[in-house]
Amino acid sequence: MEPNVTTETSSPKSSRRSNRFSLHNDTLRLLIIAVLLFVGFSIVLPGKFLSVRNLQSMAVQFPEFGILTFAIMITMLTGGIDLSIVGAANLSAIVAAMILTRLGMPSGVTIPLAILAALLVGTLCGLFNGFLVSRIGITPILATLGTGAIYTGLSFVLTGGPAITTTQLAFIGNGTILGAPIPVLVFIVLALAFVVILNRMSFGFNVYMLGTNPTAALFSGINSDSVLMRTYWLAGLVAGIAGIIFLGRANSAKPDFGSSFILLTVLIAILGGVSYTGGFGTVAGVVLAVLSIQFLSTGLNMLMLQLFGSSAAIFFRQFAWGALLLLVMVINYYTEKRRNRAIVEE
Amino acid sequence: MAEELLRLTGIHKSFAGVRALRGVDLTIEQGRIHCLVGENGCGKSTLIKIIAGVYKRDAGEIILNGKRYDDLTPIDAIREGIQVIYQDFSLFPNLTVAENIALNEELAEGRRLVSWRHVHRVARDALAQLGENIPLDARVEEMSVANKQLIAIAKALRQNARLIIMDEPTSALTGREVRALFGVIRKLQEQQGIAFLFVSHKLNEVLEISETMIVMRNGKIVSSGERAEYDSARLIFEMTGRRIAEKSYDFTPDDGQPPLLQVEGLNAAGLLHEISFELRAGEILGVTGLLGSGRTELALALYGMLPMDSGRIVIDGQEVTIRSVQDAIRHGIGYVPEDRLTEGLFLEQSISRNLVVRIIDRLRNGWQMIQPERVSQQVAHWVDALSIKTPDPELPVKTLSGGNQQRVVLAKWLASKPRLMILNGPTVGVDVGSKEELHEMMKQLAREGMGLLVISDDIPELLQTCNRILLMRQGRISEEIRPKETNENELSAKLVEE
Repeated sequence: MEPNVTTETSSPKSSRRSNRFSLHNDTLRLLIIAVLLFVGFSIVLPGKFLSVRNLQSMAVQFPEFGILTFAIMITMLTGGIDLSIVGAANLSAIVAAMILTRLGMPSGVTIPLAILAALLVGTLCGLFNGFLVSRIGITPILATLGTGAIYTGLSFVLTGGPAITTTQLAFIGNGTILGAPIPVLVFIVLALAFVVILNRMSFGFNVYMLGTNPTAALFSGINSDSVLMRTYWLAGLVAGIAGIIFLGRANSAKPDFGSSFILLTVLIAILGGVSYTGGFGTVAGVVLAVLSIQFLSTGLNMLMLQLFGSSAAIFFRQFAWGALLLLVMVINYYTEKRRNRAIVEE
Repeated sequence: MAEELLRLTGIHKSFAGVRALRGVDLTIEQGRIHCLVGENGCGKSTLIKIIAGVYKRDAGEIILNGKRYDDLTPIDAIREGIQVIYQDFSLFPNLTVAENIALNEELAEGRRLVSWRHVHRVARDALAQLGENIPLDARVEEMSVANKQLIAIAKALRQNARLIIMDEPTSALTGREVRALFGVIRKLQEQQGIAFLFVSHKLNEVLEISETMIVMRNGKIVSSGERAEYDSARLIFEMTGRRIAEKSYDFTPDDGQPPLLQVEGLNAAGLLHEISFELRAGEILGVTGLLGSGRTELALALYGMLPMDSGRIVIDGQEVTIRSVQDAIRHGIGYVPEDRLTEGLFLEQSISRNLVVRIIDRLRNGWQMIQPERVSQQVAHWVDALSIKTPDPELPVKTLSGGNQQRVVLAKWLASKPRLMILNGPTVGVDVGSKEELHEMMKQLAREGMGLLVISDDIPELLQTCNRILLMRQGRISEEIRPKETNENELSAKLVEE
C-alpha cells in the first residue's frame, strides 16, 4: 500500500475546521451516545432489548413525552420555558374525552370534533401564556408555573376528579399506518415541521436571535411580542396534539397524567443541546436525546427486573433523570468553557 | 540631554507562536513625559508588562538605572522605581483611601500592628504632593474614576516612583478631569523629576502632554522623537503605516427637494425640549453634547424607543408618527446603537446571521421559506463590501475585533437600505485605521444620497465627517456649528461650557 501523504498533511487542518462547526460536533456526539446506549443494552440484555416486541413497545412510548419536548424546546430557544404544557395537554385530552363521551352524537361526528377541540384548547392555553409573557411581561417560568396550575385545576373542575374513559381514540394510540405506529408518525411529522419552522422560516430565525440577545433583537427591529406570542401558541398547539396522543394511548383522560414529563422534557432538551439561556439548539439534537432517554429508561427497567426481580426502577428512574440533568449541565459548562478558550486562541 | 532611566535593546516576546514584540529598542529619560501610541494589538501592553517585570522577555537587554537585569522580576522593577497604573488601578475598593495609599508601606516595613496615625500621615503627605484633597476615610469604591486615579498615583509616589507608566489613563475621564490629571503630571515632573510613560490612543491628548513621542506598530517601535516633530497626521501615518488624509465632508444642499427629515418642536419625557432641526438627503449632521445632554435620547425618540410628548416628525414632506422601532424602520430609519456589544450584536450567533437579521424576510421564496443560497450570497457580498476580516462567516461575531464588529452592525443596516441612518458613537473602541475607513464609508453613503445623523463626543470625528454639528445641552439644541468655522479646541471648550 502506498503511503498517502496528502491525507496526513491535511488532517490537522480539517480537524481545526470541524472545530468551528461545533453544532455538527454536538449532534455527532449525541448520535454516538444514542447508538452506544442501544448497542450496549442489546448486548447486556440479549434477546430482550433487541426484540420486535420491545422495539414496538418503545416506539409507542417515546412519542408521549417526545412530542412535548418540541414544545419545551421552542420556548427555551427564546430564552423562556413553558412549564404548563403537561397541564395544557391534559386539559385538551379531557375536553376531547368529554366531547366523545357526553355529546351523544355518532362517533363520525364526535371524533373529528374532539380532535379539533383538543387542538383549540391547546391553542388557547398557548395564547394565554404568550399574552402573559409578551404583553404583560411576566417571567416565563413564573407565568407558566401559574397557568400550568390553572389548566390542571380546570381539568379537575371539569371531571370532578376521576378519569374519563373512552376507547374511541384507541385507533390513534394503537393503530399503525404501513406498519408504523401512529404516535411515531406524529412525532416524525412534528420533528420535520420544526426543522422547517426553525431553519427555513423567518419566525424560526427570529426565535434564535431573540433568544440570543433580546436587547439587540429590539434594536434590530424584531417584533419580540409577536415572536413570543407565536412561540407560546405553537407550544400550546403541540401540547394539544400530545393530549390527543395521551387519550389515544391510555384510553382515558385524567387531570394528573404524566406529571413527571416536565422534568423529563427539560432534561431531554438540555441533553439535546438546547441552551437554557436561549438562542441555541437543533431538532436533530432533541430527537437523538429523546431516543437516548427512551433506550436508557427501558434498558434500566429491564436490567432492574432481571437483577432484583422487581420494578423498583420506577423510583430509581426519577432519581436517575434528575442526576443526569445536573451531570449534562456540568459537562456542557466545561465544554463551553473549553470552546471559548479555543476561539480566543484562534 | 537628560539621564537615562531605562534602556531596552532588541526585546523580543512571543506568545504561543505569535510574535508580540519583534526587536524593541526603547530609552526612557529621567524626568520626561513620554507617550506611547499604537493601535490595539500592536504590542503596547506587552511592552509595559516586560518593563514591569510581569512578562519575561525571550531575547534582548534591559538596563535599569545603569544596572543590567537578566531576569527582571516585578519586585526588582518596583525597587528601581517603576510603577505601573493599569486601567483598573489595582486598588482595594473596600478599604479607605488612606489604607490604600499607605498599605504597601506598612507591609514592607514589617509592622505587626497598624499605626493609624502613621497611615493617615503617609496618605496625607502623598496627596499633598499632588496638590489634591480627597477625604482619607472614605472608601475607595465610593470615589470617582478621577479620584481613584489620583489615589493610585499617590500610592505609586509612596513607593519612590521614578517612572510612572499609565495605561490608557483618560479613557473614563471627562474633559475637565483630563486637564486636572495633566496638571498633576506636570507638577510631579517639575517638582520631583518623575518620568512618565503615558499610553493612549487619544491623539489630541497625547499631543498635548507628551515631550517624547514613541509610536509602535506590529510589535516594533516605528518612530520616536521630540513632540515638536509630530502632528496628528504624522502620528496616524506612523501608527497605521498608511497615509490617511481625511478631508472634511462637503455638501451643497439641493434646495429643490424637501428635507429628508424635519423635526419640529419635539418634546419627550422631560429629557428633550423643543428640538427642531432638519436633515437633507446626502447630509451628515453631527449631534454632540456631554453625557446626559439628551443626544442619545434624541436618537431613541427618532427611532421610536422614547415616547414623544409633542412635536412633529416630517419625512420627505409627509408627517409621520413613530411609536415603535417597527414604525421607524418602515419610514426608512436605521440605528447603529451606542453599545455595540449589548444593543447592536448577537455576540454568540454567527457573523452571517448577524448580517442578515434585518433582511431575512426578503431572502424568502414564494413559499415563505428562507433560501440558504440567497443568505450566503448576501453574506459574501457584505463581508466583501465592508472588508470584514474573518476566516469564516459562520464563526460567532464575538471572535471579531471591535472595528470589524462595528462593520457587521453597519452592514446589517446597509443591507436593508435605509434612507436615514442614526449612528451613535460609530467608532467607539475602534482602531485609528479602521476608524478612518468607517468615516470614509459614512461619507460615501452620504454621497450616494443617504442622510446620516452622527452622535458622537469625538470632536475630531465630528469635524472630519459632518457638514453641520448640533450642540446639545440639557435636552435642548443650544447651537448649530459649521465645522469650517471652528476648530477642535473651540468646539471642545464649547462642549464642556456650562
